Amino acid sequence: MQDQGFGRRDFLKGAVVGGAAAATTTVALPEPAAAQQPPAAAAAEAPGSPVYSFLNLDEAAFVEALVDHMVPADELSPKGTDIGINIYIDRALAGAWGKGDRLYLQGPWKLGVPSQGYQLPLTPAQLYRTGIEATNAHCHKAYGKSFDRLSEQQREEVLLALAAGKISFDNGLPARVFWGTVYQTVMEGMFSDPIHGGNRDKAGWKLIGFPGAVAVHRENILKYRDKKFPHEPVGIADMS
Amino acid sequence: MATKLKEVDVVVVGLGWTGGILGKELAEAGLKVVALERGAMRTPAKDYAVPFIRDELRYVVRHDLMQNTARDTLTIRNNPSQEALPMRRLGSFLPGEVVGGSGVHWSGHTWRWTDMEFKVRSMYEERYGKNFIPADMTIQDWGITYAELEPYYDKFEYTAAVSGKAGNIKGQIQPGGNPFEAPRAREYALPPLRTILSSELFAEAARNKGYHPFPRPTANASQAYTNPDGSVFGACQYCGHCQRFGCEANAKGSAQITVIPIAMRNPNFELRTNSWVTKVLKDSDGKRVTGVTYTNVLNGEEFEQPAGMVLLCAYAINNVHLMLLSGIGAPYDPVAQTGVIGKNYCYQTGASATLFLEGRHFNPFMSAGGSNVTVDDFNINWDFDRGPHGFVGGYNVGSGFNSPLPIGYRPVPRGTPQWGKAWKAATAKWYQTAMNINASGAVMANRYNYYDLDPTYRNAFGQPLMRMTFDYKTNEHKMGEHAAKVINEIARSMNPTHLTEAAARTQPWTVVPYQSTHNTGGTIMGTNPRDSALNKYLQSWDCHNLFVVGANVFPHNASYNPTGPVGALAYWTADAIKNRYVKSPGPLVPA
Repeated sequence: MQDQGFGRRDFLKGAVVGGAAAATTTVALPEPAAAQQPPAAAAAEAPGSPVYSFLNLDEAAFVEALVDHMVPADELSPKGTDIGINIYIDRALAGAWGKGDRLYLQGPWKLGVPSQGYQLPLTPAQLYRTGIEATNAHCHKAYGKSFDRLSEQQREEVLLALAAGKISFDNGLPARVFWGTVYQTVMEGMFSDPIHGGNRDKAGWKLIGFPGAVAVHRENILKYRDKKFPHEPVGIADMS
Repeated sequence: MATKLKEVDVVVVGLGWTGGILGKELAEAGLKVVALERGAMRTPAKDYAVPFIRDELRYVVRHDLMQNTARDTLTIRNNPSQEALPMRRLGSFLPGEVVGGSGVHWSGHTWRWTDMEFKVRSMYEERYGKNFIPADMTIQDWGITYAELEPYYDKFEYTAAVSGKAGNIKGQIQPGGNPFEAPRAREYALPPLRTILSSELFAEAARNKGYHPFPRPTANASQAYTNPDGSVFGACQYCGHCQRFGCEANAKGSAQITVIPIAMRNPNFELRTNSWVTKVLKDSDGKRVTGVTYTNVLNGEEFEQPAGMVLLCAYAINNVHLMLLSGIGAPYDPVAQTGVIGKNYCYQTGASATLFLEGRHFNPFMSAGGSNVTVDDFNINWDFDRGPHGFVGGYNVGSGFNSPLPIGYRPVPRGTPQWGKAWKAATAKWYQTAMNINASGAVMANRYNYYDLDPTYRNAFGQPLMRMTFDYKTNEHKMGEHAAKVINEIARSMNPTHLTEAAARTQPWTVVPYQSTHNTGGTIMGTNPRDSALNKYLQSWDCHNLFVVGANVFPHNASYNPTGPVGALAYWTADAIKNRYVKSPGPLVPA
């Protein structure tokens, strides 16, 4: 199961451009990919065989590797792709937010100072795309491989360097801005309501004991004073 | 070319708390009122219903009820030597953009600001001398007194279902309340909310230090309630989804469940949603306004709405923006120190500690918007001597949870990895076992904190964005240091397993992350037209038939949340218009 994403990408790329070129050039073929997959709704329900609306094959491989590294499987939760964080990210990037909804996108464009907040002429989807490309370029330079093909130790090095602002991208994209968005979306995919594609089976909420969309705590506030709230979390879809 | 509509008595710009209060009151007084709201109609029954309202991603992260910055935003800088850049998405503060305004998504904390704010310059000068106030601190008295506002605070609190415990009724100190509060005529509309464990632990520790904890007064109905207008409230369900959300239980005091529906039932009142006001129009002599122009944002059509009176009741920032765009009053110039529009923009500061208490189960998701406990010993307590500490103003300290939802709230001790198995384990362990102690601190007006129009960037209507120049000054740094010390002493006395200590905010103010939607000043009230934009009735010194209502009238910002005086001043202004202005239109205070 864990190699499925990479294998699929290799298969699809090999069919089009040949293996050697695939390492640096991506030709995404969403239609054949989609044709080989079950419908999106079914894919979102079941782990594995994800179908993407936005991510190309390289990006999907990056995101899958990223979320499985950041959220590894253990006794506390399944791994990132098994709880749909990759699906959440894909949908968020494909949707209104990813396309820059509510983002003021008029120039002139200047980097400014950190206290002025986000200042790039990029929608979140464009930022993600460019940032993955730049991170993979860094990984190729440092390790000779794209991020998804790195060892666990190497991935950890890359993420630590990104988080600490120690990587500068050659294409001029501020790495700290990319990382900030990546980190936030991984957290959203783990902890937002499952209707958004992630937090499958409320795994993120179960991890921390958050009861979800439950509305009424007026009596619970007395009953569970300093006690664990014992009920399983409930999502919006469970109450609809 | 704008289509000119038939003249009405009153046009209200923005329909939240202030527009709702004034619209209702003036329609009931027989005036024909048109309210123009930039946002859409949303109602609790169809928009704030469970389960769909319980969506942290949609409402907290993606700002579903807030101003759309793609259409209009501000530019931001810390000082006049910087180049201002647009706030490209919301962060530090969150103006609302639906019928009900920011009163839909507030937490409900409702305070009475006292003469310690309204007479700030005279009280400090009298006690500490003129030199205590730095030369660039442009604080001034407000021209109003607590005694004048008391009945209007009362009216707002009873309208909004404020739950709390009085600390001072007609001069008699009440056990369990805030002993420092100014005298009130009677108890709160409702008893306080149920406390939560974290607030109780904080209260006990604060009491042991000799401080005076009390339940925070909040417009979350602690029990079912019918207000004096007949608006019906359900009891708060402590659902943990208060700040940033509309209330499904109709337990949060909000204009869309109180004054607005009453106004809308009145044939004298008409609401036009999706109506974006672009300008207030002046008469040729500049002494009166004649109405407003607005755009129907559904199709771009422009209208002129003539009116006998214009009331700006939009969010505090947008009111100032409209004044600057309309050229009413002289724009403030920080170098020459002339002009008044844009002057004295203020914000709030703070400090916060996180306590990790192994073995506790705080269940942070079981909380109301205001199930906090507060200590005011360093706030409206005039016995607290600021002299040795060298700052003006005060801060309140409190504990409680405000929408502690998991995308945004996952406390872990310092040094915890940001991902991986150790991160997961820490996140799982501490979500239930952490609590906060926070201070909210005043920000005194400063010569170089102000608004003007941006020279470069424009909004969707082709108008200049407003430019905000703001940073914390020495006064805030000193206050923050004092607050952090007090918080850390209380926190350490609670023997936490780990403590992330409070620290003063000494870095430049930043537009991310969220801090507070308590932006004040810009069209300030005062005693004369030389140093204020409005008189004590929030009437423009320049155009007597223009009133500007909201926190934009505050000459400085206190540590308290602003909605108490915002609501009280709206009722105060409504009375002045109904009882005096309508009978004899003209300046209510001689210039």
